[in-house]
Amino acid sequence: MMEKMVFGRYIPGDSFVHRLDPRSKLIFVFIFIAAVFLANNTVSYALLLAFTLLSILASKVRIGFLIGGLKPVMFLIAFTFLLHIFFTKEGDLLFQLGFLKIYEEGLRQGIYISIRFLVLVLMTSLLTLTTSPISITDGLEVLLNPLKKVKFPVHELALMMSISLRFIPTLMDETDKILKAQLARGSDISSGTMKERIQAVVPLLVPLFVSAFKRAEDLAVAMEVRGYRGGEGRTRYRQLKWDWRDTTALLILLAVIVALWFLRG
Amino acid sequence: MDIALEQVGYTYAAGTPFQKQALHDVNVRIPSGSYTAIIGHTGSGKSTLLQHLNGLLKPTAGIVRIGDTQVTKETKGKQLKPIRRKVGIVFQFPEHQLFEENVLKDIMFGPLNFGVEEEEAKARALRWIERLGLPEGTAEKSPFDLSGGQMRRVAIAGVLAMEPDVLVLDEPTAGLDPAGRKEIMDLFYELHEQRDMTTILVTHSMEDAARYADHMIVMHDGMDVLQGPPGEVFADAERLAEWRLGVPRTVSFQRLYEEGAGLPPGPPALTEEQLAAYLAADLGKGGGAS
Repeated sequence: MMEKMVFGRYIPGDSFVHRLDPRSKLIFVFIFIAAVFLANNTVSYALLLAFTLLSILASKVRIGFLIGGLKPVMFLIAFTFLLHIFFTKEGDLLFQLGFLKIYEEGLRQGIYISIRFLVLVLMTSLLTLTTSPISITDGLEVLLNPLKKVKFPVHELALMMSISLRFIPTLMDETDKILKAQLARGSDISSGTMKERIQAVVPLLVPLFVSAFKRAEDLAVAMEVRGYRGGEGRTRYRQLKWDWRDTTALLILLAVIVALWFLRG
Repeated sequence: MDIALEQVGYTYAAGTPFQKQALHDVNVRIPSGSYTAIIGHTGSGKSTLLQHLNGLLKPTAGIVRIGDTQVTKETKGKQLKPIRRKVGIVFQFPEHQLFEENVLKDIMFGPLNFGVEEEEAKARALRWIERLGLPEGTAEKSPFDLSGGQMRRVAIAGVLAMEPDVLVLDEPTAGLDPAGRKEIMDLFYELHEQRDMTTILVTHSMEDAARYADHMIVMHDGMDVLQGPPGEVFADAERLAEWRLGVPRTVSFQRLYEEGAGLPPGPPALTEEQLAAYLAADLGKGGGAS
């Protein structure tokens, strides 16, 4: 049921992107997200799209797989696209049907926004697809380390993140199991009135919460008995290494930003 | 109600890098009124097979026949509900499916979903609470206040109250104490006998399979490798070992005894009673392993 979900999943592999240090990938994605908003004309959006495709190629993740995983987001993209098409009333009138009027500017904005969305989702998916959840949190913890000076609980935050990421697949499996058990008892989520459907979620959520709390308790006890005492003086098994690839990736990004800056209208 | 699988294949997450073929070319017939045990090593496809028995999974290849209904990959979800009324599944750790505020309501959930009248559902729930040996007053309790073993019984009652024609059991006694195990397994056997209920047991316990089943299906690597009565399946320990399966303790004891006594291997003793009778007969002859 949820086996087609791509977002938040990690596919082990060996490519330029896979081998990047999680820190450089995180910095890269954050800067890229900001840079997306620089684009404001056809050339700059085309550059963004081309750069994203190039990154996907460099990661050796199958494009078909990525696109297939975009389906849930497609709805959102289509929705904003339509919103722009129907509510922007600038430029030449392109098409009219009764009270529906489509303007040139609306179409343009719609396409731009869709590309922006698409590029953002693809890039962030690429980050999670090529970086194991553990490395992401490791990278984040190191990057946020300076915040410790202002008493920000960096280690605790990273721990919370890795625990939640670790339990996403577990909870998905659990949901699948409970769903099947209730289906076997004749519960029906995919038909009936809105009210009936909402009611049909209760037999799913209650057992899920019960087991989540139980798991949390078990995990707390397991950490306690293994002497977990927070981040103080903790060393790492996996050392992060910054090498030429990371510098190259960030330099390429810099070049793209400079290009965007000159291409924007 | 006969259940038959014809050239059934199932692939998880087809078309993604996580694609995994769990079943291929499975041909299985489960006759109406039989007690069938499905055994196999972890990952052999038992659980996937089981989910085909009431349309929780639709085969990606082949046909599943349940009574006179056919399920193929094109079958629509709506057509599956009537099947689920006839085929009840007790999943592994079924207590995880409890959710209602009290035991009575939880047991009534299944019957009500399948259109049984409120009064009748309540009567059934009370009947099954008693039948499963739950203490008086359990009906009004929250299922989450019960002990683990009692929760298991409530969940089983929830499936039995649907009064299915076919009962599918996936390791129904995992994690229970030995006395509780035997009680519950005996209850299922009684229901099978009294109501002529087709029973399908997925298990790791060769002893349970040998004692209760009259038909067995051995799964290995997503294929059905052997089918037949327990007497035949357990006769060839070497072949079972190839599929990383063993024989019941009674059979291993019997083989050791035969070896010691210099006897040819006889038909396997499937229960302690059969083994005892076999030994008594042999020792009575004045032979023995001396």
